[in-house]
Amino acid sequence: MEKNLLTVDNLSVQVTGIGLDVVKNVGFNVQSGEIVGIVGESGSGKTLAARAAMGLLPQGIGVTGGSIKFDGEEIIGIAPRRLRQLRGSRIGMVFQEPMTSLNPSMLLGHQLDEGLALHRRLPEAKRREMILDMLQRVGMDQPERALGAYPHEFSGGMRQRIMLASVMLLRPALLIADEPTTALDAVVQRDVLELMVGLTREQGTAVLLISHDLGMVARYCDRIIVMCRGEIVEQGKSDELLARPKHPYTRKLLGAMPARGVERSFPKDEQPIVSIRNLVVEYPGRQKLLRRDPPHRALHGINLDIAPKQVVAVVGSSGSGKTTLGQVVAGLVKATDGEVRFEGAPISQDQKTYWDYRMNCQMIFQDPYSSLDPRQTIGQIVGEPLRHVPNMTPAAVRERIAEVLEEVKLGADYANRFPHQLSGGQRQRVAIARAVVRRPRFVIADEAVSALDVTVRAQILDLFTELQNRHGFSCLFISHDLGVVEQVADRVIVMDKGRIVEEGDRSTVFDAPQHPFTRKLLSAVPALQPAPGGGVRLLWRLDAEEGSAPAGAQSQAVHPA
Amino acid sequence: MKRFVAANAAIGSVIIGFLVLVAVTGAVWTPYDPLGISFRDKLAAPNARHWLGTDEFGRDVASRLMAGAASSVWISITTVTIAVSIGVVIGVTSGYSRGWFDRIVMSFNDALLAFPGILLALGLLAVLGANKYGIIVALGIAYSPSVARIVRGTVLSIREREFIAASRVIGNSEAYTMMRHVLPNCLAALTVLTTSMFGWVLLAESSLSFLGLGVPPPAPTWGNMLASARPYIGQAIWLAVLPGLCISMTLLGINLLGDALRDRLDPRMRDRT
Repeated sequence: MEKNLLTVDNLSVQVTGIGLDVVKNVGFNVQSGEIVGIVGESGSGKTLAARAAMGLLPQGIGVTGGSIKFDGEEIIGIAPRRLRQLRGSRIGMVFQEPMTSLNPSMLLGHQLDEGLALHRRLPEAKRREMILDMLQRVGMDQPERALGAYPHEFSGGMRQRIMLASVMLLRPALLIADEPTTALDAVVQRDVLELMVGLTREQGTAVLLISHDLGMVARYCDRIIVMCRGEIVEQGKSDELLARPKHPYTRKLLGAMPARGVERSFPKDEQPIVSIRNLVVEYPGRQKLLRRDPPHRALHGINLDIAPKQVVAVVGSSGSGKTTLGQVVAGLVKATDGEVRFEGAPISQDQKTYWDYRMNCQMIFQDPYSSLDPRQTIGQIVGEPLRHVPNMTPAAVRERIAEVLEEVKLGADYANRFPHQLSGGQRQRVAIARAVVRRPRFVIADEAVSALDVTVRAQILDLFTELQNRHGFSCLFISHDLGVVEQVADRVIVMDKGRIVEEGDRSTVFDAPQHPFTRKLLSAVPALQPAPGGGVRLLWRLDAEEGSAPAGAQSQAVHPA
Repeated sequence: MKRFVAANAAIGSVIIGFLVLVAVTGAVWTPYDPLGISFRDKLAAPNARHWLGTDEFGRDVASRLMAGAASSVWISITTVTIAVSIGVVIGVTSGYSRGWFDRIVMSFNDALLAFPGILLALGLLAVLGANKYGIIVALGIAYSPSVARIVRGTVLSIREREFIAASRVIGNSEAYTMMRHVLPNCLAALTVLTTSMFGWVLLAESSLSFLGLGVPPPAPTWGNMLASARPYIGQAIWLAVLPGLCISMTLLGINLLGDALRDRLDPRMRDRT
């Protein structure tokens, strides 16, 4: 007895001031109890299409045509009072940023009670009981204590669970989840999604899941809608759409999913370019009135060798110490104990070899919006490292800048532009150009592609591999994304809580993971298998053998790929 | 929006251009002697001979405003320059270096901030002597702690951005990073601060004059003209209104020009439509 719960017909949305159409004649439906995914990159209009259904379009953006029917009732032009009744009560919404979607100055107990008190006429004791049940259901250890706590006392993953609890308490018929786990790391992401799918299956709630991550959407959704530039380019059953993609854009998205790169071999016993011995980093504790908090140990005795021309990836969830490791090797953070040697010589300011290290060790940062000085032109940014290259004439500098800009496929005429005139992907190309302009022998890439859209990410990864092959620099590639790591890394280091828990060649770590933490990380990334229809099938590693499903995840939640 | 901004910039430039013209002229030539007393003409309303009227000693108000423009503009420009230079040096070094240096400097700075600027200036004037240069130095020092505070706050947020780390990885010295990357990115906050400080200084100068510690009479400044007009506000309203108008028009011009300058200096704003 399936019926359309949400029917969107010919919907168009426009930025009113400048007449820009951001959603064009979009039509889709969600049946009750169904999980539907909308996939698209930033600017595809996926969020606006879903927000229109909630009547939650931002200021200055309005619906210009079409209809949105929820349970037979037209949403466009609905009385605000009626819309408020629907919101929360019948349609729930979970947002991307768990850090900002809960009110920081309000006790959780009150926050969770707000919706219930407003939409359900129930005595207080009954409401409290429901809240406690729900908190337990989402995996909160001490629900009683949580009621009297503030949001900042919980981690991002926990806050997203709380957010989910507050929405699901009202047993809505439709849940709109807008990139609900994008801000979380891979392991937590999976737990939260399993929980969301489990909860909505129990209550028969339909889900509209919005995400840029095709693999993730394919795993949990019955149907997928692919959006590009405000239009729906393709929609269909998940596995069919993946196996037999019709639209070129869908194929492009599938092609952008990271796949294992070519195997490379390295001569044994060559002197490592970077070797790390017993590295310990402690951050001093916070200064209290009379005493200091104990120091926080970010790295507990790390040992690591990186061979010339090798790409070594460090993976781990947030707080694993991988970023700290990169910063020590880059010379941005001082080691508390142990040492880092670059080509056999310790890196410290007082060493004669320091300058050689400084010139030859460069870094690509995560956020291309903050790693480029907004007041410099691209040419100045890329040329700045050349200040320290002795005997370079201004003409040679200009020539090198042009050459490097060509290498990163921007072209020399970009030299006079400013960072704000560039897209995120182009900015990251500039950041890469800055890192390689001096032809360093070693590059640290700290989450260098995590802030980028999928197709852009694929291009940047290709560029990175190409440059690495051409110039042969070694690389410490730090990432939380195992898919990306599988594509570029020769060796993989898995870190957890400041320690290396597993290390080995890529194929060893990915095909025969030993440590439970590695297995948990791996279970969140699909392996791609070509399908007869020209597309792919997703294989979820370690699914079958996994006995300890995360709290709240029901087995029926997972759709076999 | 762009047209609106351009119009603002134009208005600001016209006001400031006119002011500079008047100040420069006023330094060398005025219609009457700004100090020439004539009791026959005292408290005359604006008329054909004295376009802007005369004051309680029969001195020509237009001439005094012109002469006053020269000293008021000179005082405010030098004062603001001193305050901003001291404040920027302290704010940038202490914000960028952090640690014990920052703590000591900022404790001292906050102690100075705890005094009202005018009180601090009064104390300094007692030492320096109440003349034009005393006022400039005293106000310059008195206003520098707030500049230092604001600049330090901006520096703190800028130094956490990744391009600062990038500059260090490149091998740039701390001093270079500070001058090339931190300081230019403080400019937006600085221009806004500088323009509003012109206002504080013009007002502070008139407050000091009011307390008898400003530029000593009979030399005219807008501040002491405003101060001495107070007893006559009932009979000769123009005595208070005209210098007041000069001060507020100047502030308006500086603010409009300052905003335009800030946008002009920011590459992100330059090609915004």
